[in-house]
Amino acid sequence: MKTENNRAWFLVLPVFALVAFSAIVPLMTVVNYSVQDIFGPDDRVFVGAEWYREILQDDRLQQGLLRQFVFSFAILLIEIPLGIAVALAMPRRGRLASLTLVVLALPLLIPWNVVGTIWQIFGRADIGLGGVLVTALGVDYNYAANPFDAWATVLVMDVWHWTSLVALLCFSGLKAIPDAYYQAAKIDGASAWAVFRFVQLPKLKNVLLIAVLLRFMDSFMIYSEPFVLTGGGPGNSTTFLSQTLARLAVGQFDLGPAAAFSLIYFLIILLFCWLFYTTMMQLGRGSQQ
Amino acid sequence: MARIELAHLAHSYLGKPAEEGDYALRPTSHVWEDGVAYALLGPSGCGKTTLLNIMSGLLRPTSGRVLFDGRDVTDLPTEDRNIAQVFQFPVVYDTMSVFDNLAFPLRNRKTPEAEIRSRIEEVAEILDLASCLRQRAGTLASDARQKISMGRGLVRTDVSAILFDEPLTVIDPHLKNSLRRKLGEVHRESRLTLIYVTHDQTEALTFADRVVVMHEGEIVQADTPQALFERPAHTFVGHFVGSPGMNFLSCEVDGGCAVVDGRRIRLADDTAMDGAKQGDRWELGVRPMFLELVFERPTEGVPVRITHVEDLGSSKIVTATTGGGNLKVRVGGEEEIRDGSAWVVFPPEQSLLYRNSRLCGKSAAGQP
Repeated sequence: MKTENNRAWFLVLPVFALVAFSAIVPLMTVVNYSVQDIFGPDDRVFVGAEWYREILQDDRLQQGLLRQFVFSFAILLIEIPLGIAVALAMPRRGRLASLTLVVLALPLLIPWNVVGTIWQIFGRADIGLGGVLVTALGVDYNYAANPFDAWATVLVMDVWHWTSLVALLCFSGLKAIPDAYYQAAKIDGASAWAVFRFVQLPKLKNVLLIAVLLRFMDSFMIYSEPFVLTGGGPGNSTTFLSQTLARLAVGQFDLGPAAAFSLIYFLIILLFCWLFYTTMMQLGRGSQQ
Repeated sequence: MARIELAHLAHSYLGKPAEEGDYALRPTSHVWEDGVAYALLGPSGCGKTTLLNIMSGLLRPTSGRVLFDGRDVTDLPTEDRNIAQVFQFPVVYDTMSVFDNLAFPLRNRKTPEAEIRSRIEEVAEILDLASCLRQRAGTLASDARQKISMGRGLVRTDVSAILFDEPLTVIDPHLKNSLRRKLGEVHRESRLTLIYVTHDQTEALTFADRVVVMHEGEIVQADTPQALFERPAHTFVGHFVGSPGMNFLSCEVDGGCAVVDGRRIRLADDTAMDGAKQGDRWELGVRPMFLELVFERPTEGVPVRITHVEDLGSSKIVTATTGGGNLKVRVGGEEEIRDGSAWVVFPPEQSLLYRNSRLCGKSAAGQP
């Protein structure tokens, strides 16, 4: 078909304007901050890549980044298989199915800082149900003093909060598989494992991609829950990247380094999402003649 | 291979079926003889797939038994029944290669790898899949995918029967014919019991040794294509098989004759009226090709008025009205048809009497 003219692009203008104000302008402001040292409205110096160099050599960032990767990958390793398992165990139809859906959705409806508060109290060894139980089992548990306990609590909290999302996504993926696939597998004498491996898992590929991306991005940017629960402690043991950034930006008001930090942060997330996306799409395609 | 017997089988998808209409499959008994190619013919929603799923064990019947060679398998799961089934829409294991797809049912049954290889080569040859055995099944077009589905049914040599549930729906027409022919060849070579579900009469009549016709959850006739044509056991079979379908005129009976609109029509079968009861509904059935249209008053015949002539080239389909209803008559393509009145002569041998929609008399003997 021949293109008559390009006037249709004008229809995109309103969206473009909106996105410009909501994303592009603020992002460019950050870019602006990251290459200048600003003392006042009329007093600024262009510093080039200095903030970037400084930030990349900063211990806090390096340690935070390492912690962040360990955390995000631990989250993915736990939540994705667990979410699939929960989805497989869920009843497919009937009243019980609806009930399960509602119960699973509950943690997703709770505001993030409230989740932190819930676990802060729940994990306390003196008055919290979870803390008291663990202590009663003979474990010397204190998330405020012991880095391992703090990590365990943050992980369990995140698993509690977000596994439902993975489970619900997988559940919808499973529901979309036509009965004929299960019937054919029965005719072919497939074992339950083979049905999972060759029917369910391949059909779940797309929802799993979404789940991995969402959980990676969210966990990589996690802020409120550990901030409320541990405040980043004990020491810096649960201080993740976003918290380091917040301290730098609104605590010390070092806007230049903070801006450089933000952009690096953003690029890391972008890079990893792209990596996950390409690998998973590649996995699905596999070898062809 | 096995003889499959269905004994008083009935199925309802409702939890507590109360009346006849609740049943997708009305009480049915039928025997599928070993090594015969069957077509299961009937309109959509008549219970064909239900019947198939019960045989393969995907569905448990509400009542009745399924016997393979006399062994009751009603309670056995699909895996233990040794039966293959191909579905209407392609089901392939997307992430596996075509070869692995075909090998899957054999590997699950611990067949030696060498045997698997030779079996797959044979089947791939038949289905024309040999060139893409190494390709991933998920990347193929839908007709190739359906061939894989069929292939997974055909690779197993030890099955009691292979059930095909309208397997050629997604295949385009010219390939349809060749695949159907190939299925026929496979059958002649292997002597496997094949049950081929379809709602297309041409498909059924060309493929099968015997055609089983279903109507509203019941098997109404199981017979050779020829018998289906010449002696439909049920008015439904008469309508459904043949194009145009059989003519049915409501009639009365009187002393060995059918009486249509006050005219007596002689029947060859004098036992047809045995056991007639008050309130029975009688119909006279005759195929359009057996009727004779004449324009001079014959000694025996029914006067009609010609309302429509359809010229098909090699033949003409004439629609004519009588007091008892419309009739279609097939005449030769070169015959001149004058509009207006004419007479239709009923051949006694091919004029069949139906009581309450079922063929009666000795011509119906041996029918369910």
